[in-house]
Amino acid sequence: MAGPVVFFALFFAYPVVAIVGRGLKDGDGWHLARIGQVLAESGVRHVLWFTTWQALVSTALTLLVALPGAYVFARLDFPGKQVLRAVVTVPFVLPTVVVGTAFLALAGRGGLLDEVWGVRLDTTVWAILLAHVFFNYAVVVRTVGGLWAQLDPRQEEAARMLGASRAAAWRTVTLPALAPAVAAAALMVFLFTFTSFGVVQILGGPTFATLEVEIYRQTADVFDLSTAAVLTMIQFVAVGAVLAVHAWTVRRRESALRLVDASLTARQPRGAGQWALLAGVLLTVAVLLVLPLAVLVERSLDAPGFASYRALADADSGVFLVPPIEAIGTSLQYAAAATVIAVVIGGLAATALTRRDAGRLVRGFDALLMLPLGVSAVTVGFGFLIALDEPPLDLRSSWILVPLAQALVGVPFVVRTMLPVLRAVDTRLREAAAVLGASPWRVWREVDLPLVRRALLVAAGFAFAVSLGEFGATVFIARPDNPTLPVAVARLLGRPGETNYGQAMALSTILMVVCAVALLVLERLRTDRTGEF
Amino acid sequence: MGITKKATILAAGLGLVTLCACGSSGGGESGDSRTVTLVSHDSWAASKEVIAAFEKESGYRVKVLKDGDAGQAVNKAILTKGNPQGDVLFGVDNTLLSRALDNGIFQPYEPKDAGRVAPESRADQGRHRVTPVDTGDVCVNYDKEWFSEHKLTPPASFDDLIKPEYRNLLVTENAATSSPGLGFLLGTAARYGDGWPEYWKKLKANGVKVVDGWEQAYNEEFSGSAAGRKARADRPLVVSYASSPPAEVIYADPRPATAPTGVASGTCFRQVEYAGLLSNAENPEGGKALLDFLIGKRFQEDLPLNMFVYPVRDDAKVPADFAKFGPQAKNPQTLDPEEIAGHRDEWVKSWTSLVLK
Repeated sequence: MAGPVVFFALFFAYPVVAIVGRGLKDGDGWHLARIGQVLAESGVRHVLWFTTWQALVSTALTLLVALPGAYVFARLDFPGKQVLRAVVTVPFVLPTVVVGTAFLALAGRGGLLDEVWGVRLDTTVWAILLAHVFFNYAVVVRTVGGLWAQLDPRQEEAARMLGASRAAAWRTVTLPALAPAVAAAALMVFLFTFTSFGVVQILGGPTFATLEVEIYRQTADVFDLSTAAVLTMIQFVAVGAVLAVHAWTVRRRESALRLVDASLTARQPRGAGQWALLAGVLLTVAVLLVLPLAVLVERSLDAPGFASYRALADADSGVFLVPPIEAIGTSLQYAAAATVIAVVIGGLAATALTRRDAGRLVRGFDALLMLPLGVSAVTVGFGFLIALDEPPLDLRSSWILVPLAQALVGVPFVVRTMLPVLRAVDTRLREAAAVLGASPWRVWREVDLPLVRRALLVAAGFAFAVSLGEFGATVFIARPDNPTLPVAVARLLGRPGETNYGQAMALSTILMVVCAVALLVLERLRTDRTGEF
Repeated sequence: MGITKKATILAAGLGLVTLCACGSSGGGESGDSRTVTLVSHDSWAASKEVIAAFEKESGYRVKVLKDGDAGQAVNKAILTKGNPQGDVLFGVDNTLLSRALDNGIFQPYEPKDAGRVAPESRADQGRHRVTPVDTGDVCVNYDKEWFSEHKLTPPASFDDLIKPEYRNLLVTENAATSSPGLGFLLGTAARYGDGWPEYWKKLKANGVKVVDGWEQAYNEEFSGSAAGRKARADRPLVVSYASSPPAEVIYADPRPATAPTGVASGTCFRQVEYAGLLSNAENPEGGKALLDFLIGKRFQEDLPLNMFVYPVRDDAKVPADFAKFGPQAKNPQTLDPEEIAGHRDEWVKSWTSLVLK
């Protein structure tokens, strides 16, 4: 417990408190009247309202589009399923700068929707909502689908045998079992869309702003730290409330459910209905997810003879001090370091949370671990800058800052993946080992480790992919001599000229491939009881 | 129990990692008076040979920290005033100069060749807290092909932009969040004085589109850029820089004979970028040498092709390619930094409610 607590206190709570405090401190005294003033501004209330309703609608839309997908991925067997499941997760870990560009190619001018139906969605709120579906499709497919695949189909069959209609059996048996997973997925999507930043900034134009976007503008552009501090606190409270609800549904879900091996429940599609469903889902995935990604690849290949890729190895591009290709190595190194930190911290936290005697305090920590997902990256980035600047913690110009920031985002994923598996380990095994004289360390090594090894690998993979794509905090602290892939992409996009743009697309494609490979390796390792991501 | 013990071991391990990290970075800069650190924005670029020559002559090793866009670099310098990240900050422009000076992030230093700087670029004369390094112009760019296809003369002035024949053609950036967007607003304020809101009302009625940042405007909306052509962008006018046309040539493979885009010469606003010695710098002597170097002839002549800006030195030669494709604006709009400081926030606020709401 001590490790994760210290980690979060030092690298999350302390920097965030420092920057919020800087905003609210006026000379010597606290300037709390500012809270009331900011809340009274109609602009702020407008932002709060927009943030909430777009998150609610995005969540509903995502569930609507992705639930059939969850069923198909859970219950139907079809060739290429594993590859496709990795592909639908790629948007989730891609940096939003890249996704924004890709998505414009679908819904923007001259995009597919424009060509076929003459519909243009850029700068309408629909672009934001659809992009949120694009981003969060995988969250629903994995969370709900993961459980759906393990529900014992015999229960529903028994209900039908006893005379229930197909609909009645589904409503009374499957739906109640799925409901908590659906609720948990909905809350995760709500959380991600509530704090949406890049999508809203790139697709929404200057007229739409979520709290997260407004915090960024107030901090980085307007430099009104007191307004930013108040907004950060509002978001903090809102996210805290959402997380409390989430923790509650997750716990309910982990109550008794009879689960079976996922490989036993999936089968070939049968009947016109299932084939139609499969076709529909595949079409949705192709249009909504694969097509935007394909546009990136196509644009990276526009220059003849892989010129965009070859230019990546050119040291004299002027944009960086090193050939852009080296960003791949840097990214991999940072992601590896971040993964180690995230797995150690997340693993320790998950272990502590599994203990039988874990009190209310420890369980509250479970929700706390998720908070970094709900705090603006610019807040964390600026916080690092003013908080970690003195010995013994003078990390400001150290490379370790980047993996640390990335690990903050990775830890929640590790905890969520490890927790269900660790909770499933029979305590009596540990007790038996202890009775037989094994030291606690040995118990962990010989009982827990073999059982959770695969979950650990899955968790590591997620942490790796997420930190590979992390952009928000990294862009604030990455050094110019070693930009990460997303940062390099953003810098290249920030310059005029064809070769810069081509290189940005080529690097995005490389990032995508690296992410997809990491996820595919994950697919091979999928455990029987992985968590909800 | 076991978990606490394990936690202790791992916490110790983590601490060790952190310590190593401190060690590996700490050795490089702090306390090492042979290293001088330049903090800049993301657009910083210089030729390796030029930096190497400075290092050889002065004996200092140059470390560059790129810190977000120009505004963010300034904001971070203010936040870290007591314990700055480097010795010299480069990239404060005239639109943000007052914020930097009011917050006292710079200490005075007058570089050796300060007398060679063209007079119109100088600022903070009495106190020498900042040194001008380069100038650039924010101008409306046009797509040559589009205008020749539509047999239309490209606009040349602010007045032209509100004419009906240029309806729904211009895309610009949010003045609250984007440096060229703010530059364009200041250009109209310089041109029309208190009448600028009237001008913007007409511009809005004439269908100006506002996006959040330069990247979206130039890469996604402007039909003349390489990226915009791929994205089938449909706005042939964009607020960008006078130096964007040469970049379209220099960063193309193969290079076209002429730039695909042009500059509406009467729509320019002059931006000046300054550098200064940071207060509480660890290596003030190195910082001073670096400032001398930044307005030295060699660096000034290296500037254009790296950062696409013009030198401030009156005797610096501009590379022929650069001058040919992107001549400097003749009579750009200018505003005194004090004038900008006094009105910037108020103007941006009224612009936001006028144009975005």
